[in-house]
Amino acid sequence: MSATHTISDAHDHHHGPAKGLTRWLYTTNHKDIGSLYLWFSFTMFLLGGAFALVIRAELFQPGLQFIEPAFFNQMTTMHGLIMVFGAVMPAFVGLANWLIPLMIGAPDMALPRMNNWSFWLLPFAFTIMVSTMFMEGGGPNFGWTFYAPLSTTYAPPSTTFFIFAVHVMGASSIMGSINVIATILNMRAPGMTFMKMPLFVWTWLITAYLLIAVMPVLAGVVTMMLFDIHFGTSFFNAAGGGDPVLFQHLFWFFGHPEVYIMILPAFGIVSAIIPTFARKRLFGYDSMVYATASIAFLSFIVWAHHMFTVGMPLAGQLFFMYATMLIAVPTGVKVFNWVATMFRGAMTFETPMLFAIAFVVLFTMGGFTGVMLAITPADFQYHDTYFVVAHFHYVLVPGAVFSIMAAAYYWLPKWTGYMYDETLGKLHFWLSFIGVNLLFFPQHFLGLAGMPRRIPDYALQFANFNWISSVGGFLFGFSQLILLFVVIKCIRGGKKATDQVWEGAQGLEWTVPSPAPYHTFETPPDPKLIHAQ
Amino acid sequence: MLSKAKLWLSLALSTLLFWSAGLHAAWDLNMPRGVTQMSRDTYDLHMTIFWWCVAIGVVVFGAMFWSIINHRKSKGVQPATFHESTKVEIIWTIIPFLILIAMAIPATRVLTAAYDASESELDVQIIGYQWRWEYRYMRENMDEEEVSFFSVLSTSREEINNGIEKGENYLLEVDRPLVIPTETKVRFLMTSADVIHAWWVPDFAIKKDTIPGFINETWVIVEEPGIYRGQCAELCGMEHGFMPIEVHALAPADYQAWYAEQQAGIRQVRELAAAEMSMEDAMAQGETIYNRNCVACHQPGGVGMPPVFPALAGSVKATGDVAVTMDTLVNGVPGTAMAAYGRQLNPIELASIITYVRNSFGNNTGDVVQPADVNAYIEGGQ
Ligand code: HEC
Ligand SMILES: [Cu+2]
Repeated sequence: MSATHTISDAHDHHHGPAKGLTRWLYTTNHKDIGSLYLWFSFTMFLLGGAFALVIRAELFQPGLQFIEPAFFNQMTTMHGLIMVFGAVMPAFVGLANWLIPLMIGAPDMALPRMNNWSFWLLPFAFTIMVSTMFMEGGGPNFGWTFYAPLSTTYAPPSTTFFIFAVHVMGASSIMGSINVIATILNMRAPGMTFMKMPLFVWTWLITAYLLIAVMPVLAGVVTMMLFDIHFGTSFFNAAGGGDPVLFQHLFWFFGHPEVYIMILPAFGIVSAIIPTFARKRLFGYDSMVYATASIAFLSFIVWAHHMFTVGMPLAGQLFFMYATMLIAVPTGVKVFNWVATMFRGAMTFETPMLFAIAFVVLFTMGGFTGVMLAITPADFQYHDTYFVVAHFHYVLVPGAVFSIMAAAYYWLPKWTGYMYDETLGKLHFWLSFIGVNLLFFPQHFLGLAGMPRRIPDYALQFANFNWISSVGGFLFGFSQLILLFVVIKCIRGGKKATDQVWEGAQGLEWTVPSPAPYHTFETPPDPKLIHAQ
Repeated sequence: MLSKAKLWLSLALSTLLFWSAGLHAAWDLNMPRGVTQMSRDTYDLHMTIFWWCVAIGVVVFGAMFWSIINHRKSKGVQPATFHESTKVEIIWTIIPFLILIAMAIPATRVLTAAYDASESELDVQIIGYQWRWEYRYMRENMDEEEVSFFSVLSTSREEINNGIEKGENYLLEVDRPLVIPTETKVRFLMTSADVIHAWWVPDFAIKKDTIPGFINETWVIVEEPGIYRGQCAELCGMEHGFMPIEVHALAPADYQAWYAEQQAGIRQVRELAAAEMSMEDAMAQGETIYNRNCVACHQPGGVGMPPVFPALAGSVKATGDVAVTMDTLVNGVPGTAMAAYGRQLNPIELASIITYVRNSFGNNTGDVVQPADVNAYIEGGQ
């Protein structure tokens, strides 16, 4: 393509988005791509949620009622994979696309064409992944952690497609992170120094480095599986001299940073919302940045706390126990800072703030159980039980997912130009809040009383808390339709949003009109608008 | 303080739920205290860290809710402008750190003790299979018979499929429990024949993965005679939820009597295996074994679940040369879920199941395989 052509292309864009389907297929606009990611993520959230409801329906009572164990295992596996890779991660990438350029005063992401590609890989990856369920022998049934040799020698034939889907997703994530890093490092407006960047930008910068570091490890481990399955190698096959535990080390070297990939951007979101509605600057900005960086560093040296029962040597157990406990320190700093931000503020409680406060409380509860799980001898009892299920759902659902919902409500007026329906928003919050606690709180008791995870049927003493959990599951699940309704309603109209939207909001994104025009910051913002956070 | 801890926990949590704990076992809220020193130590660690979390939670959430109530705009408050304090930030970095050190010390002590499997008085090998456990008792001297057996879920399919009422120990009962003596240091050596499983008995606070190609060890000294139940804790495929563990801890004298009985039993089977079996006997016993050991994969009626689990009805391997059926059963099909049953079943059982699959589901070879044939086949080293 000639240079003149490129220039006239860019010129065309000034007239606004193209029309029709091709707008979305060919778009290189960070706002369009952000919206695509968010809609994709919401679709996957509903699909993964539907699978979760199948699980909760089967577990409503002891005995096998609706589905066979073989299908149950596919449900737990697909639920996990879809929620992690299809719902939570793309939602954060969508938010990054929409917000990072607006927050740092950049006209777009640094690599717009690659941006388009990283998004459009995802629908293909997930079509492949979901289609495995219709293949002979069924879809992946070995859990989202796909431990070998269950996922190699003993796996259904569709595993090859699963591996391919993981590769495609991984490529998408890596490209997404390269883009985020390139944008943040190169495209900040004059005056936007590192220590003035909003925390969402900081947390995403660190997350992107985590992604680049660990996605290749995931790609490596699934490739080793592929070789074991098709090319006669024995990486994970003990009969051929391989080592099934090696799989777990590699998986969790990816997997543990992965859980921080799903929570660091959430920290950034909450650190934006709480100051706005407390009408007070974020407490301890610097320590927030350092805490995020420390968590990211520690996340690389704690992976084997997922493997305390594999029979590591004592020294290894102790090392991973101590390192894991250490993570509580920077995480605690964050929670204390949020509370200190609220302290002596002047708070109001619009929907984003409600979700943010629920995040702080419930994420912290997940953090507490995390510290408990770090205590190795106690972990022998907790490991692979519903206690762990409760723990990671507390950090991921009222943690990561609530932060995404908080973000959606918070920035929706800026995206659509209209205020959302506050009454419905609050209804959505309260139903979700009650539902999520009914759903996951009893699971602590189930785990402590001895119920293993990933079982389609259970002993009679687990019956009571299971039905409570199932009721909560359906309440939480169906409440999400309210969110869909609120968003659609808000796109179609409502009270006009001001540019500032929220009285206490700080940051460059609130200096552009609502809705944010298709192109923003084509000339850099006035440096006087850039304040310390 | 810790003995009161459970009481407090129960009180706090049960008021929350409007139910009183302990009213019914089904409302169990907490980890069992168990029947070993290790399980009590673990329980104490669990409660200590729990109370630390509660204390921190009360302080942090207390401060937060206090602010939420008092520092709201509707009360007309003006927001403060402070946004950092190095002193405060250092304090709340150091305090959690000290609490963690206070936790790490007892945890290290308990963990170190758990790793000391030396000087055991009895060694039992535990082998995980899809989806059952094998227990092998290590002999003191080679004149003894080797006691080893498989332990399979004994809950009936009708209970699982809601056809009949579920028994008290639904899904936690097996045909042959592991038997160990009390007041004896028993060491478990764990491995797996196929995928990774995890052997877990909450009352012992033991959970250890059984991994193909590895031998993990752990140990237990049970103090109280009794029946203790657990389950496989690591996802191991389709029937993962259906491979429970049942341990009978007997007083040492009772254990000795049980062990002697096993010895006698083994000698008796050896004698019986020399006798001729009738078609009726073989088919009847075969059916029982099929429903216990094979039905999960090959399904009722031998229809299987292709492509992973082949149908036995009309299968060439089940209806062709008897040596092929024998080989499939005795040696399994390496690299697939079809396990080797040569050691799991005794020759009488093997002969019956082979006869059964060759003469059921529409298969009709008419031949009766004898225990002696099976023995000859196994001893032939094939
Ligand atoms: C864990 C699942 C599982 C269990 C339990 C199991 N099998 Fe199999 N069986 C298989 C698989 C998988 C194959 C196919 C192996 C292959 O790929 O050749 C198979 C193959 C067979 C075959 C050869 C069929 C053919 O046409 O290839 C026979 C006969 C058989 N099994 C009998 C039994 C009997 C009898 C039992 C009970 C004692 C049993 N199996 C238990 C999984 C199982
Ligand atoms: Cu198992």
